[in-house]
Amino acid sequence: MTITDRPDAEAAPAAESPNVYANPGTPGSVVTFKPRYDNYIGGRYTPPASGQYFQNPTPITGQIFTEVARGTAADVDAAVEAGWKAFPEWSTTSVAERAVILNRIADRMEQNLELLAVAETWENGKPVRETLAADIPLAIDHFRYFAGCIRAQEGGISEIDHDTIAYHFHEPLGVVGQIIPWNFPILMAVWKLAPALAAGNCVVLKPAEQTPASIHVLLELIEDLLPAGVLNIVNGFGIEAGAPLASHSNIRKIAFTGETTTGRLIMQYASENLIPVTLELGGKSPNVFFADVADQKDSFYDKALEGFTFFALNQGEVCTCPSRALVQRSIYDGFVADGLDRVAKVKQGNPLDVSTMIGAQASNDQLEKILSYMDIGKQGGAKLLTGGERADLGGELSGGFYVQPTIFEGTNDMRIFQEEIFGPVLALTSFDDYDDAISIANDTLYGLGAGVWSRSGSQLYRAGRAIQAGRVWSNTYHQYPAHAAFGGYKQSGIGRENHRMMLDHYQQTKNLLVSYADGPMGFF
Amino acid sequence: MPDTPEATGTASRVDVTDAAADMLRHLATTHGQLMFHQSGGCCDGSSPMCYPVGMFRVGASDIRIGTLQVEGIYPVDVYMSRSQFEYWKYTHLTIDLVDGRGSGFSIEAPEGKRFLIRSRMLDEAELEAFGLATHGGAAG
Repeated sequence: MTITDRPDAEAAPAAESPNVYANPGTPGSVVTFKPRYDNYIGGRYTPPASGQYFQNPTPITGQIFTEVARGTAADVDAAVEAGWKAFPEWSTTSVAERAVILNRIADRMEQNLELLAVAETWENGKPVRETLAADIPLAIDHFRYFAGCIRAQEGGISEIDHDTIAYHFHEPLGVVGQIIPWNFPILMAVWKLAPALAAGNCVVLKPAEQTPASIHVLLELIEDLLPAGVLNIVNGFGIEAGAPLASHSNIRKIAFTGETTTGRLIMQYASENLIPVTLELGGKSPNVFFADVADQKDSFYDKALEGFTFFALNQGEVCTCPSRALVQRSIYDGFVADGLDRVAKVKQGNPLDVSTMIGAQASNDQLEKILSYMDIGKQGGAKLLTGGERADLGGELSGGFYVQPTIFEGTNDMRIFQEEIFGPVLALTSFDDYDDAISIANDTLYGLGAGVWSRSGSQLYRAGRAIQAGRVWSNTYHQYPAHAAFGGYKQSGIGRENHRMMLDHYQQTKNLLVSYADGPMGFF
Repeated sequence: MPDTPEATGTASRVDVTDAAADMLRHLATTHGQLMFHQSGGCCDGSSPMCYPVGMFRVGASDIRIGTLQVEGIYPVDVYMSRSQFEYWKYTHLTIDLVDGRGSGFSIEAPEGKRFLIRSRMLDEAELEAFGLATHGGAAG
């Protein structure tokens, strides 16, 4: 993401783009949600077997705006069956045909960028400038990237000997299950969908129950492009719909983004069915600032201060949130003062206002959890430098779930340094030298993301290689291009997302071992 | 199987609020005997997950940090991974209940509620009872 590429208030917006988008469903809004969403199975919207629905509030105001099918095992069964019905034909479409479909999906999304962005913001609470500049454009590019990858993918031919050839083909797995998190409801769905569909799989997708609706706004736009049964969506609660999907005996793979306990449970189910899993389970990412960052007060220094402030992006609800800042002691006071100054400029407000930088937490329980961690931070002896409270933005936003950007200063053994809060809460500490920095950075159960900032190329390289994390942003942070692998070391998960290698997670290898010899081998 | 950190006397690391106890009694009527496993990581992580006993397989990587005595139902064991416990051992945990929904596969979600951990630092007597009194650091 490069946020300066976006059309924003300063950079001459398109004439018709408003500064504040109207609430969905009100006059002038670019999007209107339906009052109810059913499950999408076999190309048709289908009422849940239970006949029950659950209400879906927007975190922006706390008001209910739609209700969504409360799917159960019976709906999951029907969705898996619909997937298998579609699979024989879908799996044998040419890669050119599948790539065209993915590209058309991308085009359709691009033509409806504002509609999708506003729907996603209303659903999740994140600022519309992020959905306009990051979430939806990245999702669009993801479809295009995997459309290109599948066209360019090659099998293999190995000459075992003069008469014997091994051919290696990529084949899709079959019907796969995907359980999506709530922090980037559309983008995280697309991260899993694009490679799965490109590879020729059929999908049963279970959106998060906190954000069950925006995926249907996307689906309505692209429904006509996909054959019936290729993509099935079952909404519902984890225990009622997610667990039946993850434990289903007729899926060929399960992909999950979430937390460690559910990740273990999903592996447990997968072991019962002997199917592969990919798991992305979060982290406690260190963001390391070496002293030479402050050698000059130039644009690089400015960039580093932005890097420091990135803990507030998406309200801190990012698995790779740089929620631990490690600042070298020799520059600590000055750098932290400048960092606090930058954090003070983070504008909190109505997420539908294009100038808003930090919006609402995604749900009430998320808000409560963040507040409980602020309490732990204070009790545990950490020093509160800024924030530390719920934010009341007044008017209709008073019912929403807002938290002040918060910074605690402390030591790496404190719980707020070790646990993923998933909010705009930074745990700040200092280090003496390179070895100390790497030691603190790696003193965590997780290893998903990390940031390193230095003017020295060799220091940047050495630190990046020494930190045990799957993605080390070096002199940058929070960029998520489709062409860079993303995934965890240690307890942060198994497997990768993004990058061409992701196709491997959705494909079998078929080997044909062929003898062109005219005569027998000679054993019998 | 997971072991339990030893304590002398009646010291306990876990407790439950009345609201959470009511929810546990309610859930037990349909799910039977219950347990908690404390989650880490993103999204719904850093939260206690409630399951019927037998649904989630605890193992040698886990530790049982305590057992909740809730009137009217079987005792509810509370587990977390041993590695996580290293950072949590100086805190006392109270399982509370708030409005909410999503929670991985935790069984209270359809009720529109969410279990939540409230924490406080162990006091001197508790540190003594758990054999942690010699520790000089301010682990949070």
